[in-house]
Amino acid sequence: MESKFPSRRLPLLILLPTLLVCGMFLYYPLAQSFSWSLLRAAFMGLRTLYVGTQNYVRLFTSSAYLHSMWISIVFAAGVVLLGLSISLGIALVANRKVRGARIYRTALIWPYALSPAVAGTIWLFLFNPTAGVVNFVLERTVGISPDWVTSRNLAILLVVTAAVWKNLGYNIVFFLAGLQNVPGQVIEAARIDGASAWRCFWKVTLPLLSPTAFFLLIMNMIYAFFGVFGLVDVLTKGGPANATNILIYNLYRDAFQHNKWGMASAQSVILFVMVVGFTLLQFRTTGRKVHYGG
Amino acid sequence: MAGKKKMLDWYFWRPRLSTLSTHLVLFLAALFIASPIIFAVIKSTQSTAQISTYPPQFGIGSSMAENYKVAWQRYNLGRLMVNTFGVAISVMVGKTILSLLAALALVYFDFRFKGLIFIFILVTLMMPVPVRIVPLFKFVSSLGWGNTFWALTVPFLASATGTFLFRQHFMSIPTSLVDAARVDGVGPMRFLWQILLPMSMNTVGAMAVIEFVYLWNQYLWPLIIISSNKNQMIQMGVKQLTVSGPEGMVHWGISMAGVVITMLPPLIMFILLQEQFMRGFALTEEK
Repeated sequence: MESKFPSRRLPLLILLPTLLVCGMFLYYPLAQSFSWSLLRAAFMGLRTLYVGTQNYVRLFTSSAYLHSMWISIVFAAGVVLLGLSISLGIALVANRKVRGARIYRTALIWPYALSPAVAGTIWLFLFNPTAGVVNFVLERTVGISPDWVTSRNLAILLVVTAAVWKNLGYNIVFFLAGLQNVPGQVIEAARIDGASAWRCFWKVTLPLLSPTAFFLLIMNMIYAFFGVFGLVDVLTKGGPANATNILIYNLYRDAFQHNKWGMASAQSVILFVMVVGFTLLQFRTTGRKVHYGG
Repeated sequence: MAGKKKMLDWYFWRPRLSTLSTHLVLFLAALFIASPIIFAVIKSTQSTAQISTYPPQFGIGSSMAENYKVAWQRYNLGRLMVNTFGVAISVMVGKTILSLLAALALVYFDFRFKGLIFIFILVTLMMPVPVRIVPLFKFVSSLGWGNTFWALTVPFLASATGTFLFRQHFMSIPTSLVDAARVDGVGPMRFLWQILLPMSMNTVGAMAVIEFVYLWNQYLWPLIIISSNKNQMIQMGVKQLTVSGPEGMVHWGISMAGVVITMLPPLIMFILLQEQFMRGFALTEEK
């Protein structure tokens, strides 16, 4: 092989730091998640007992955990459906060649840089029944002034809308990138042949955009499952009555508030299986890159 | 049938109308996306009395300086931001160096198990903190790193994303370049710093944005591993903003001032480097 440097030791040496960090802080703790998921603390945490698959059995027969899983699915579905449709709509318009297109692009994607906790804090204020703005508008227009954080269904809606808003920028970035692969001439030709704009969108743009849409579908699912801890912690703390207690929040509580290491590890393993599922789906359909923000 | 003159008029006006409506839609979309932050900025200038009046006031209030000063002091934001900067810059630089080196090894050398090693690194993409949180917490604590800078930096130094992006970029560079370098007797390290790195600035920029935003916004890990306020990260300051203050209630003007302060650094970083971010990250698929 030409075009390569000859040394055989140097490449291993310069790979070593990456491999060490991966091994020590990623693979090793992950492996421990698996083995600890088979244990339970006993005698006030002084000893651990091997309990086999008991933690998993308890999780999957616990109505609280199944509820948490159901809430996560509802939440993820909301984030995906709302987030993708709104951002696709905006990206389609932003993709038109107009003066100042770059300034518009910046003005559309900057919430990418905001943190989930910041989004949560602003939402808590906007939807505050007395000082907030949303209830003022609702009261003036439709005459209602709901208390968002104490109603079960409204609390989910609150968390979903905050999560969608925060992720719009990310989605728009990728839709805009994907739209660059949709050749303008094809659309023009179809339009001249008499196809309606709506038909063009369904028959030409959307199929060409489907790899991007699929990539974003998976990334938004992962965001909904893992990326919104700060949002939930600031907005609802999983409440009211566990209505927004998504899987990651339940895991945090079991691990660090109730000190149930074994149960928490089992929940980690369940989450890991889900990530592997999402990622395999992603690679099998498109083979595109994946990024979890780490 | 329309007359010729009217037809001409229609073809004159149609593109202009469509451009106008595009501008209108984009402007409204930008306003819609920005509106929560616009409210936050406006409210960050109002006093408690101005915020609690009904109907709400939407003008600039009278206690801007006061709110920002109190937010800055009460929540120790200066200290938390310095801490977060330190961690973010260290991890960014460390990650960039480690992924550059890993990509150099993977693209410009031949050795055994190369494919396996690449997969070993890539698979870590499937291991976000929550899937290993309990053992990671115990392990990092057992190293004596609880409540320290090391807990916030070292476990995050490897980057599958970075290794992948740099590897992808290096593979798109013509091989004649490395041949020429070898003929001239340029070693691999000099090749990396003097030739590859200057050609990879889009990817470096994209990495810097992704990592800075990620690290600045990290929440769960500092929440559990850092126990003292003087070592804490900025998002834990944000968490405190909505906890009732000494008056027994949340002072929204001060909270919003805190929000505005803490969101600025990643926002500035993102706006400055967004071209690199788009080219190096979102468009890596482009031929």
